[in-house]
Amino acid sequence: MIHLEALTYAYPNHVPIFEAFDWQAQRGEAWVVLGPSGCGKTTLLYLLAGLRQPTAGRVTIDGQPLIRPRPHTGLILQDYGLLPWATVRQNVELGLRVRLFYGPDGKHAPEDFRPDVDILPWITRLGLAAVQNQYPGQISGGQRQRTAIARTLALQPDLLLMDEPFSSLDAPTRESLQNLTLELWSEKKLTLVVVTHAIEEAAILGQKILLLSLPPNRQATVIENPGSAQVGFRDTAEYLALCRELRGRMESSA
Amino acid sequence: MKRRDLFLALLGITVAWQVLSTALNLPILPPPLLVLQAFFKGLGNGDLLRHAIASLWRVVAGTALSIALAVPAGLVLGQSQRLNRFFSPLIYLTYPIPKVVLVPIVLLFFGIGDFPKIILIFMILFFQILVLVRDQAASIRPELIQSVRSLGAGRRALFRFVYLPASLPAILTALRQSVGTAVAVLYVAELFATQRGLGYYIYYSGSTLFDYPAMYAGILALSLMGVSLYFGVDWLERRWCPWLNVS
Repeated sequence: MIHLEALTYAYPNHVPIFEAFDWQAQRGEAWVVLGPSGCGKTTLLYLLAGLRQPTAGRVTIDGQPLIRPRPHTGLILQDYGLLPWATVRQNVELGLRVRLFYGPDGKHAPEDFRPDVDILPWITRLGLAAVQNQYPGQISGGQRQRTAIARTLALQPDLLLMDEPFSSLDAPTRESLQNLTLELWSEKKLTLVVVTHAIEEAAILGQKILLLSLPPNRQATVIENPGSAQVGFRDTAEYLALCRELRGRMESSA
Repeated sequence: MKRRDLFLALLGITVAWQVLSTALNLPILPPPLLVLQAFFKGLGNGDLLRHAIASLWRVVAGTALSIALAVPAGLVLGQSQRLNRFFSPLIYLTYPIPKVVLVPIVLLFFGIGDFPKIILIFMILFFQILVLVRDQAASIRPELIQSVRSLGAGRRALFRFVYLPASLPAILTALRQSVGTAVAVLYVAELFATQRGLGYYIYYSGSTLFDYPAMYAGILALSLMGVSLYFGVDWLERRWCPWLNVS
């Protein structure tokens, strides 16, 4: 589904973050991009979201070169993604309102977009009914991130991109949202790409883990993790071994 | 603030006025009741009302004009560092000039009538709104913009769903800060080259007719205008920006 072909990306006057980088992800896979700060994780996500354009090479999704944000891709950022002046409910509606604003033009909204989407099931599903009339400043970090998820999934994406989505949350909230993400991933048959610097999170969420190191990244290092997404994976020896392996690799690359 | 406290403050001012007026017993400080009579008489026979409407129109037109021009300009400058670098020295120099000193120049250039007064109010509010909206637009986090772009928003939708609502509090703050100054400068401007407006009414009643209750009625009307504009901004903020008032 996602294909990076000889991708090069460089900020002006910097070492290229990616240089002739190839990588592929199939539909329905759950990927985690793991690496230290400054390795280009977030840049990769922005490239996949169509918010940045490669310096050379190309990004294709379903064979189509990506030149602008794609209506079927959802993006969730760590924080600040919600409108502070809009209630939870209005924030969840935002994507739909943007689509209504343009109409089904195939560019900002899919051509098959129907304006009768109901967001209420999403508000209920993500446990936001009680806070739907409150503002982002009034709710907890976990509820804010749930709002962002509801807003993105209400647009029925097939590709979900998340940038450090749970790193500012406390451990129990983080775990419950990780579980929820996996549930939604399998329920909605999403392709998932999560960027994180947290080894444990990578081991939980990633069926496949793309390990990035300090720039320039030239080759994709991929670690298979078929056990993830199984109930109770957190408590297995396999999980601990994987965390140990990832830690070792990150230390040796840094 | 509680209504009751405001009412008590108003009562206190009125009592002090009454006491001072009785103690001094001078025609240049008539008691509040006499002024109130003159105020309602002036409203009733249309004399004061005519001037009040003239002043109000100038304030409203000047405000509308400055919002209409300063908001888009502020949003553009807030989004473009290059343009902002070019214009900010100019704004930096012109922003602190007390616009009231420009009254004679504006009157010389634009002559009599409403237009020079509207221009003056415009000049005061324009810079205030421009600066606050610019800073507000520049402070919007790039993550927020990218998130909304990822929902499919292009330039127009970003303007409608992000920049415009984000700049509303800045517009209202600018109005709150400068609407009083605007009314004050309007008063000064209405002392010259016009026969309409509360400034003229106050001056004419006091120094030509020696009708002091009418003069005070004019001052009362101008004060009421300033206060209600201020309250109006508060009201709009509560209505349009409810998220500012929640913890």
